[in-house]
Amino acid sequence: MDLSCTPEEEQFRARLRQWLGDVLPTLPPKPSPDDWPARRVYDLGWQRLLYDAGYAGLHWPADAGGRGATPTQHLIFLEETERAGAPYVGAGFVGLLHAGPTIAAEGSAEQRARWLPPILRGEQVWCQGFSEPDAGSDLAALRTRAWRDGDDYVVSGSKIWTSHAEVADWCELLVRTDPSAPKHRGITWLAMPMDAPGITVRPLRTLAGSAEFAEVFLDEVRVPVANRVGEENDGWRVTMVTLSFERGTAFVGEVVACRRVLGELAREARKNGRWDDPLLRRRLGRLNAEFRALWRLTQWNVSEAEASGGVPGVGGSVFKLRYSHARQELYDAAACVLGDEALDLDRPWVLDRLSSLSYTIAAGTSQIQRDIVAERILGLPKGR
Amino acid sequence: MRFQLTKDQRALRDGVRQLLARRFDREALRTAVQRPGLDRALWRELGEVGFFALRLPETDGGVGLGLPEAVLAFEEAGRALLPGPLVATHLAAGTVPGAATGETVVAAVSGGLVEWLTEADVVVGDASGAVPLRSVDPLTPLHRVPAAAAPDPVAVLLTAAEQLGTATRACDLAVQHARVREQFGQPVGAFQAVKHLCAELLVRVEVARAAVYAAAVTADPADIAAARLLADEAAVRGARDCLQVHGGMGFTWESEVHLLLKRAWVRTRRAGADTESEELLAAELMA
Repeated sequence: MDLSCTPEEEQFRARLRQWLGDVLPTLPPKPSPDDWPARRVYDLGWQRLLYDAGYAGLHWPADAGGRGATPTQHLIFLEETERAGAPYVGAGFVGLLHAGPTIAAEGSAEQRARWLPPILRGEQVWCQGFSEPDAGSDLAALRTRAWRDGDDYVVSGSKIWTSHAEVADWCELLVRTDPSAPKHRGITWLAMPMDAPGITVRPLRTLAGSAEFAEVFLDEVRVPVANRVGEENDGWRVTMVTLSFERGTAFVGEVVACRRVLGELAREARKNGRWDDPLLRRRLGRLNAEFRALWRLTQWNVSEAEASGGVPGVGGSVFKLRYSHARQELYDAAACVLGDEALDLDRPWVLDRLSSLSYTIAAGTSQIQRDIVAERILGLPKGR
Repeated sequence: MRFQLTKDQRALRDGVRQLLARRFDREALRTAVQRPGLDRALWRELGEVGFFALRLPETDGGVGLGLPEAVLAFEEAGRALLPGPLVATHLAAGTVPGAATGETVVAAVSGGLVEWLTEADVVVGDASGAVPLRSVDPLTPLHRVPAAAAPDPVAVLLTAAEQLGTATRACDLAVQHARVREQFGQPVGAFQAVKHLCAELLVRVEVARAAVYAAAVTADPADIAAARLLADEAAVRGARDCLQVHGGMGFTWESEVHLLLKRAWVRTRRAGADTESEELLAAELMA
């Protein structure tokens, strides 16, 4: 067991740190969270800077245009960028963490050449057309239909909870191509251009007041058969190739951020006098234990991935379960530190507290994650 | 970064596990509960394989290993629910003659309590005025002492390792029971309510494991305090949830589940109150 980095890893960290120190002061101010067009420009601008400096697609395999970095290097990258206050991957999230890796793993040479470079260069925003109004946690129950018409699929149905849909160029879309097959079969993965006729995007307002995601209505949208990644009716397997990433490394930067917030809360409590309350102090102390442990678990999972060839496994569900609840507890503690000010939307952490409510729902609810842990790790029987 | 067990560390863990499976299995645990008392032959056997001298330098007749290896050994002891002042004797190796070899049983004042006082050959700390209490754990005799001793960080960490082992056993037991116990025509583990209890058992174990192992690598006081809080939680909540999964059977003396919970409770007090760990971690936020 070793927590120290190799000289090469430390060198990588030092170079990255220096680059961040040089480039971050030159960035324009962050746009408001509601202004998606401005966020698109900002996030893609950051991606272009990463690309030019050789940091784009760090964890992507080299033959897909990435840097083929080790999981530890990726961990260092996420740790250092978050610590330095660098922009979040933002609008590039789906492209860089889902669609890109899926195309890299399952796409044809032509598809890889067509889509991967623009994602890495920060020229395309992708959104994820997976969830549907009647198929959220039960993703495979999706009903959006696609049927063949010559060289096209014709797609009708609707998607929901689609982040960045308003400003996306492409959508990684799951459609049902064989309604008579068992529900996990008969699904196909398509890359749908968001400017195709028949697509209507309606932003959805969240309880935090912002338009974070959208509903997408599809009325006989034509998608070329050439845009299909993997075989027809094999989309479920294609999707599972990359879903584990969402539950694995996706939260590294956020654990670092939570630890920073915890330190800020302690200083705020010292300033407003609530630090004198031993119950509050102990609560923050316990959260410190929690986020330290989550950081150690992250290092453990990354080391395990490194030893086993780089693919995060179902262990990500263990992490996601604990982390999503801890993050909510962090912002509840923030409300304790703030007192009456926790009711003021203009105070720091108040919007974060509202946003954190989605954490136990998004990317698979805690209940679904517990099923995954119990059935796939502990081997308990299926059933409800 | 290789934050995984090395080959040697896995071999050491497996060796201790096999020894304890042979010498202190479930039947031995039941027998010990019926006739409480320290098994001195087992104590010497532990001494022979280097359990107590694990961290003593080879030049002093020890094994010359470090905290990570000690943590792995104590995790196995916790999994086996091995009774006796294991931490106190381990810490006394090199200073108290005979402790390293298991010839001498050493107890120590920790917090306001002493475990195994009357069975011990040597007591570290001021045990004057010790008053026996009727211990909740049938396998840990306890005395209260007026002069409380500040906890040694290594004792805190090794105790956390024992808690981790017990939490692992609670998880294994619960899952095993949920797989075989049938109600309403199917294994109870197929019911989501039971399934989710088991999933949370594992989540607490995995989080505690990462914290305990990391603290063994860094020996940092804040890491140790964090490891202690999470391992206590994993062991105590784990044993309770394991009992719940067992239903009425779990509430009987006959089942071993209550022994897990009672030992976990005793260990939460071994290193003073958890408030001290929480305060240490709160102060660290200001550093």
